[in-house]
Amino acid sequence: MMDQPQQAEFDDYFALLKPRVMSLVVFTAAVGLLVAPVPVNPVIAFASILFVALGAGASGALNMWWDADIDQIMKRTQSRPVPSAKIAPKDAMIMGLWLSVISVGMLGLTANFFAAGLLAFTIFFYAVVYTMWLKRSTPQNIVIGGAAGAFPPMVGWAVATGGVSVESVLMFALIFMWTPPHFWALALFMNDDYTKAGVPMLPVTHGKRSTRKHILAYTILLVPVALVIAFTSIGGPVYFAVAVVMNAMFLRGAWHLFTRAEDAAEADNYASERSVFKLSLLYLALHFTALLAEAGLRAVDLNWAAWPQWI
Amino acid sequence: MAILRETESQKRRKKSNILLGAVLGGFVLLVFAITVAKMVDGNKMEAFDHVRRPSVEATQ
Repeated sequence: MMDQPQQAEFDDYFALLKPRVMSLVVFTAAVGLLVAPVPVNPVIAFASILFVALGAGASGALNMWWDADIDQIMKRTQSRPVPSAKIAPKDAMIMGLWLSVISVGMLGLTANFFAAGLLAFTIFFYAVVYTMWLKRSTPQNIVIGGAAGAFPPMVGWAVATGGVSVESVLMFALIFMWTPPHFWALALFMNDDYTKAGVPMLPVTHGKRSTRKHILAYTILLVPVALVIAFTSIGGPVYFAVAVVMNAMFLRGAWHLFTRAEDAAEADNYASERSVFKLSLLYLALHFTALLAEAGLRAVDLNWAAWPQWI
Repeated sequence: MAILRETESQKRRKKSNILLGAVLGGFVLLVFAITVAKMVDGNKMEAFDHVRRPSVEATQ
């Protein structure tokens, strides 16, 4: 009997769903759901988060189908199942489309069809607007494409409330404004890969100097968004304390990248850029953890009545 | 005639099949759990088409 070394395995199909992106989506969607003022049945909550994750996986599969040519060139993505020929591009597409239908349909039946519509829009935005259109055509790709990553907490909020509100829009805005400095810090030290693959990332098209300016500018714009959440119904003193510290650190990092000369960065193999990238991950994780902590405090009636609530 | 020894690829395929079976079984259990949760929450569980509809009969 012939042995088939290229037989796709379960793990390959799982890798097609971008499990690491999925875990971030699960976390932010769960926070969006849990901080909402409407309690959700735990089974419904669990299932809804699972379907949101499946939707994120679907858009990951569609992204890998469309971007197989780019992924093949970039070192970071060469081992993905489609560029490494473990899964045929067409199979990735079919899997992505079916999982989109299943996740949106099941979320609609489990939670509500507003949340399902928002999930469908998120998949469309990531797979079509970002992957097929913006990524290869403009250095603003991640600015606008970042919206796709910013939707999950809104979907989580919609699962609980069936709608949109200031708080969910602000959670969206937090991720949306955070994405550009986060990704550009990465692009600074991954620049060669993007150049080879012909992806018009900002350092490729406008140079690293301009990218450093952009990182600082977007970080400055991010700070008020992060802070104002403290004074909404989902915020509070714990969130505020975390936000003040993290924003100060992130601003300091962005300023440091801004003032850094290119030869200094090359001399230490972009050590500062790498550390700002890592800091940005911690930044987002701690903001959402703090929101979760505030929800926990509210649940046990540990409110500080004097805390100002503007919105 | 029985195949006595599985080849490496057959073993891997078997593992994939078992995992896929587990995923599908899990999905069935999940849908059942959602149904139970919705019933416990008191959602309307009446079927829509080609069945008796007590809520409609009650108004007549």
